[in-house]
Amino acid sequence: MNVVVCVKQIPDPAAPQSLDGENRLSRTGKMILDEADTYGVEVALRLVEAAGDGEVSLVSMGDAADLTGIRSALAMGAVRATVVSDPLLRGADALTTAKVLAAAVKEGGFDLIVAATESSDGYTGTLPVQVAQLLDLPALTFATSVAIEGDHVVVHRQTDAGYDEVVAPVPAVVTVTAGVVEPRYATFKGIMAAKSRPINVVTTADLGFAPEDVRVRQEIVGVETSASRVAGEKIVDDGNAVARIVAYLEDIKILSGGAS
Amino acid sequence: MSVEHVWVVAEPAGEGLSATSRELISQGRRVGDRVTALTWGRHGERSAEVAGALGATRLVDFGDLGTVIPASVIAASLAALVPSEAPDAILIPASPDGRDIAGRLSVMLDVPVLTNVTGLREGDGLLSEHPVFGGTQTVVARVRDATPALFVVRAKSFVAEVVASTPAPRDALVAATSVTPPATIRHSHVQERSGPALDDAAVVVSGGRGLGDVASYALVEELARLLHGAPGASRAIVDAGWVPYSHQVGQTGKTVKPDLYIACGISGATQHMVGMKGAAHIVAINKDPDAPIFAVSDLGVVGDVHTILPALIAALSARGDS
Repeated sequence: MNVVVCVKQIPDPAAPQSLDGENRLSRTGKMILDEADTYGVEVALRLVEAAGDGEVSLVSMGDAADLTGIRSALAMGAVRATVVSDPLLRGADALTTAKVLAAAVKEGGFDLIVAATESSDGYTGTLPVQVAQLLDLPALTFATSVAIEGDHVVVHRQTDAGYDEVVAPVPAVVTVTAGVVEPRYATFKGIMAAKSRPINVVTTADLGFAPEDVRVRQEIVGVETSASRVAGEKIVDDGNAVARIVAYLEDIKILSGGAS
Repeated sequence: MSVEHVWVVAEPAGEGLSATSRELISQGRRVGDRVTALTWGRHGERSAEVAGALGATRLVDFGDLGTVIPASVIAASLAALVPSEAPDAILIPASPDGRDIAGRLSVMLDVPVLTNVTGLREGDGLLSEHPVFGGTQTVVARVRDATPALFVVRAKSFVAEVVASTPAPRDALVAATSVTPPATIRHSHVQERSGPALDDAAVVVSGGRGLGDVASYALVEELARLLHGAPGASRAIVDAGWVPYSHQVGQTGKTVKPDLYIACGISGATQHMVGMKGAAHIVAINKDPDAPIFAVSDLGVVGDVHTILPALIAALSARGDS
């Protein structure tokens, strides 16, 4: 059972976020492993452990100057990573990213590709399915549980009403929601081992793409400040909060009564 | 450049079309000269009535797909029609199946897809609006050298509007065969919930991590019940397993636009804010005076949900009108 996990390094969501001169998310600060991806890595590790053989590897696209985030996924137990890093990919849309990741994944063998339902910085949410389509694979998305039954993968897929049990033959692409499992903490041994695990940094040319194949086709024409809500009254509860809330609900006619 | 032909991927729901699909048909009529709605499922005739009322000029119906997850088959069916129909833009609901269809279609047509769209405007072709940083800023984007433009649009971005009383002419087509091995639904599990639906409720009371533990969510449910509203949740407590995903408000959950939104122990992550900041009135209760949720609140209460909620519930229970 070999599982490839798509991971992404993102700007620390806890730090202030801004757009750069080209109206793209500024990626100059500290980059960390997207927390959403830790669930994918954990699911992959558990599937491999349950199968009793095989390994978990990683693919990623982004600037390779700082690979701390990739190292933290390796420290959890993945054995190697391929990072597609290329100035041509600055501002790449999800389809282009999917093309290079699909090409990177194809280089090694796999039974399953696991990804987060969406990244925590871009929230695009189409990349895993685009990878599936590029590789002619079934996709099982929004999974809250993942299991292997023989040569099939079975997931619980979130729905508005509850969940569907969805099945497809492997190889397949699975996207997992956050919270599907509790991601393990890297052990000291894992962190030390991660230092020597290979990270293969490749360019689009290494994967056989011409510059024309990865050109940016999605453009930001402007950024506007939204008509934002204005913060209203803020009170500190000193025992009066309930009375104030009730009065407000009367003002907006959710409750009857009020100025009587 | 005006937009001539707009396609709307009209997702079936119940015996008709999903709410977001209906909104997109209306919006398609506003920005395009003609709108083709494309659907599947077992209720094509009813869907033709719904689509026609909203101004669709035609409904293409691929019929019942059985238990197959629709993405592969529907994307292949749409891709096969694109050359002869030449849509300028394709609007797709931001639902799980909608996103999956968009991803596959994007590869089949080799065009990028713009997601998380909350607005469309005419410029050089169609431009899309995307909220960023919790909706404080709007990015305006477009694709270039690529037709048709694919837009995945969030729920409640547009208003559905009945403009006609005749059904749209319905073309029943045979769905394409997909080369991709299918993913199929083996069982559907329905988790019961009572009270008004989260997306339609006039009042939504949501809880977050600040509740401290799963037992305290009962306070949120009780307050929602007293206000005839629906209980909601932040992603944090859905991920923690306190409440089902169907309660989730935000980027990955429901977009709600109630008359009143009460956020209890929710700090106001970007993820959450985009799903609720369209509420007419927002009340927030949070211990942290610097919580981002207060920036969008009409009434912000810095305090402990564990003392305020029980007292508020008691006060409302004592009134005759709630």
